Parts: sequence; C-alpha cells; structure tokens
Amino acid sequence: MLRAEHVTVRYGSRAVVDDLSFRLGEGEWLMLAGPNGAGKSTLIEAVAGGVPYSGAIRWQGKDIRSLKGPELARRIGVLSQKNAVGYAYTVEEVVGLGRYAYKAGLFSGRDDRGKGSVEKALELTGLTDLRRASVLTLSGGELQRVFLAQVFAQDPRVLILDEPANHLDLKYQQHIFSLIRAWLREPGRAVLSVVHDLSLARRYGSRAVLMDQGKSVAQGTIDQVMTPENLRRVYGMDVYAWMNEMLSQWRRDQSSSAVNDPS
Amino acid sequence: MQQRPRQLKREQFTPLTYLLLTVALFFTMVLCVCVGSVRVSFSDTVTSVWHALRGLPIPENIAKNIILNVRLPRVLCVSLAGAALSICGAAMQGLLRNPLADGSTMGVSSGAALGAIIAVAAGFVLPGFSFGGSMILAMAFAFGSLVLILSLAYALDRSLSTGSIILIGVIFTMFISAIISLIITFASDHTRTLAFWTMGSFSGVNYDQVKILCAALLLCGGILIRFSPELNAFAIGEDNARHIGVNVKRVKLVILVTVSVLIGVCVSIAGTVSFVGLIMPHIARMLVGPNHRRLLPASLFSGAIFLLLADLTARTLLSPIELPIGVVTSIVGAVAFVVIFYKTRKAG
Repeated sequence: MLRAEHVTVRYGSRAVVDDLSFRLGEGEWLMLAGPNGAGKSTLIEAVAGGVPYSGAIRWQGKDIRSLKGPELARRIGVLSQKNAVGYAYTVEEVVGLGRYAYKAGLFSGRDDRGKGSVEKALELTGLTDLRRASVLTLSGGELQRVFLAQVFAQDPRVLILDEPANHLDLKYQQHIFSLIRAWLREPGRAVLSVVHDLSLARRYGSRAVLMDQGKSVAQGTIDQVMTPENLRRVYGMDVYAWMNEMLSQWRRDQSSSAVNDPS
Repeated sequence: MQQRPRQLKREQFTPLTYLLLTVALFFTMVLCVCVGSVRVSFSDTVTSVWHALRGLPIPENIAKNIILNVRLPRVLCVSLAGAALSICGAAMQGLLRNPLADGSTMGVSSGAALGAIIAVAAGFVLPGFSFGGSMILAMAFAFGSLVLILSLAYALDRSLSTGSIILIGVIFTMFISAIISLIITFASDHTRTLAFWTMGSFSGVNYDQVKILCAALLLCGGILIRFSPELNAFAIGEDNARHIGVNVKRVKLVILVTVSVLIGVCVSIAGTVSFVGLIMPHIARMLVGPNHRRLLPASLFSGAIFLLLADLTARTLLSPIELPIGVVTSIVGAVAFVVIFYKTRKAG
C-alpha cells in the first residue's frame, strides 16, 4: 500500500531522517521504534505531508506529493500525540470535521456517507452519549478518543499514529490500542505508528522498523527486530534484562504483600 | 475516577435567532437615524425611506435632507463597517486559534491607516475615484502589516501563541504611530485630514462609500463564510487541519488577503476603529458557539449593532461636540481586552 524509498529529511545541514526505506502492506501494523531523536516522528510527519523530504513516498506506486490535500486525507489519517482545542466545539463538531476531505472544494458532490461515518465513529469510540458535550469539559483520554473518532470518520486506508497514548494512563492506553486493533481488522487497512513503549510494540505490532540517528537499524517482523542485540545497539543498554528485572520486582512485591496480608 | 461536569449544548442557532438579530439590527438602525442633534420621529424616518425606495415624492413636512442625505448613509456605512470589522476579527481568531487576534490588537488597522495617510500626504489619487488611492494603499499596507507581524511572531515563537502575537502587535502599532506622527508633523496642510485616520469617524460619509463597503462586504464576507469549515479546522489546530485534508497554505493566504482587503476598505473610509473585531466575535461565540458556520453570520449582526450604538454614543454623548468613534470603541474594547486576556491566561 505505502512504500517509502530513500527518504531523507534535513533540518539545515543535519539529516534527521537519513536515506530510510520501508514498506507497509495491507493488514499490517508497522511500529517505528527507537530512542529519542531517532527521527521517528519526523519520518511520519513526512508521510503525512508535513515536512519536505527527498526520496519518494508512494501510495500504490504514485508519489504522494502529487496528491492534493483531500486526496491524501482520504488515504492517510493521522492521530497526533497530543491535541488541544481552544474553543468550545462539541464532540460531534470535531468528529464531523473528519469528513472534510469528502466535501472540500466548490464543486465537490454531497457526502452521502458522512453522517453514517460520524455516527459509526462516535459509536466505536463510545462517545455517542457525549456528542453534544463541549470538548473543553473532557479529560485527556476522552479528548484523545474524540480525535481517534475524527480519524475513523475520515475513513482513511492507512492510519498514522504518533505515540497516540503517550500521556494517557494505562486504562486509556489499552482502550485506544484495542480500538485501533479492531479498526485494522477491516480489509484494505494498515497502521503505521511511533511507539516508545516496546511492550506495546510487541503486543500490537506485526512488523517493526528500529531507528537510530535517522537511519534504519533493523526491519522485519517484531521477533526479527526486537532482539536483545538490536535493542542494545540503539538504546545502549540491555533492555530485556531491565524489563525482566522490573517484572521480577513486581512479582516479588506481589508475593510479599500476599504473605503479609493472607486475607 | 471523578467525572467532570459535562456541558451539554443545545442547538443554539435557529432561524429564530437570525430573525431576532435582523429585527434588532433594523430597530438599532432606525434608532440611529432618529436620534441626533435634530430629533426625527420614527414614522418620518420609515416614511421617507419607504417613499425614497419606491421613487415616490416625500411629504414636505419631513426633514428629508437630514434623514436621507446625512443620517441614512452614515447609519448604513457604520453598520456595514461594524459587520466587516467583526467578521474579520472572527475569521482571524479562528485562523490563528487566538481569541485576542483582531485588526487593532495585531496592528493591521494601524498599518492600513499608515497606507491611507501616505496616500493623502503624497497626493496619491485615482482619476474619477476620490478616495481610491488611500483605499488601495490601505489594503496593501494592511496585508503587508499582517504578513510582517505573523512572520515576526513566528520567528519568536513557532506556535504563534497569544502572547507573542499581541506583543509584536503592540510594538508594531507603536512603531506605526511614530511614523504617522512624523508624517503629520511634516504634512501640516493635511493635519486635520490625517488625524482623522488615527481616531476614526463616520462624519460626512456618502452613498458612494456605502456602495463600496457593501460590495467589499458581500465579496469578502461571502469568501470568509465559504471558508467556514476550513476556519473550524484551523480553530482546532493547524496540524489537525492539514491532516484532515485542508490546503493550509492556500486557505491561510486567501483568508489573510480577504481580511486585509476588508480592513483596508473600512480604514480608508472611517479611519482606525479599534476593538470591534475583538469584542463582537466573543459576544457572538457566547450566543451561537464557536462553529464558524454560525459564528460568522452572528458576528456580522453583532458587529453592526455594536458599532451603530458606539456611533450614536459618539454623536450624542457630548452633543453638539462629536467624539471620534474610535474613542468610544477603544474605551469599551480596552476593558473587554483585559477581561478576555485574563480569562485566556487563566484557561491556558
């Protein structure tokens, strides 16, 4: 569906993304992982048309730079890390904007599927009862669900996520990721996401690109990429040992509290 | 987890709201025609306008000249300028996602005034169009000021935050005021004419200016209302707008040019009338919510009514002395500015 070929993004003389290529196939959830400053967010901004780059990003063989805004938005939807709204729009108004790409322009036809798509998106994300609520009254997790509903209403083929649950608590993280996984089950769809939490990448991803200093260090299935050697190479530490140690600590704490409080 | 109080909203803008606003505007216009140094009755006003519209002779006992040649063009000009300045403020506040954005707070009106003053001081006129030169330079300077202010604010702070834009706007306005004072000092023959642009006044306007304002408002207001969905997208966030398919560069350019043209036309006719575009979109937002499909038409009505009342105050408060209208709007606007700024900072 989507193929990036030798993509390079420069800020001044520095290459933030350096000659990186990857492909995203139907039904795949491709995880972009790597330390801070690896160029993950910049790469997905390039895919979303937000930063200039050299090389090519192709949608079914066609360079996405030749697509107009609404044409690109009908193919690629983006959910950012953090969204803030300054005015008291209702949930339904924000979600309804997801249909913009289907009715933009003076001579565009009627968006017959618009209402149904918005209803479905509100229902999928559990926001039907909050449709008339002002977005200024929502919690961070609810607001992120509103923008997820907006991107669902946009009905793209590829969903791009930039750490969509980064600042959310565990309950909302699980909720958001489960909703995205359910969305991905429909045919003709794919997800590309940036994740910091490697356990989330393991749990939900089908393939991964491990990045460091703008370059791709490893690509392939999750098992092929998330090896102790690759992770040590980019993070400079034994990630598996660190995670095991944390898990053991949890287990030790759990068993000691069970001993102290047998009830 | 503790639930936050939900603010469930009703459908706030119905045809009845439009009807009420239209009726309110009509009565304010009639009131402004009737009240002044010479009092005119409601029935005389309605009769003369009705007869004039149908091409019938106007009864002798009616002060026809005052109603049709002095007050009516002024009232029409004031309402059109109020509507224009208010819709410009609403569009800028949406585009920049900044509740304090407005032609006066950002220095665009001052830039336009400088353009008009340069045209007058330099004797720049268009043949057959007495105030065409000042109008064209006012529009060009309004656009140039807007681009300059946004570029400077962007260089200072890429998120174009409220604080940065206001700071640059204040500095720019002070700079422009200094240049205007300099020009006024050296162009002493035109001092009275030039001073008018810094304070604003609708005194002496005629139907030519009404026609120009009407055409500009129809064209530019139509464009802004056509771009309501895009303004909603910008009001939520520029990145989000791009992600849903808005051509952000093109839309931004079209809206900035449209706003500059409209502010330029208003300033070239009435001088700098501050704060209308700041306050009235906030009042309209309270009435109809932030959706630009409803906000822009509501801003037109509320801006027109507010400026009519401000002009009436300017004409009658210290009668027979007429205050510059900019003095009245600035006094009200400065208080509103502090309240909005305080609320914005508190929320942010």
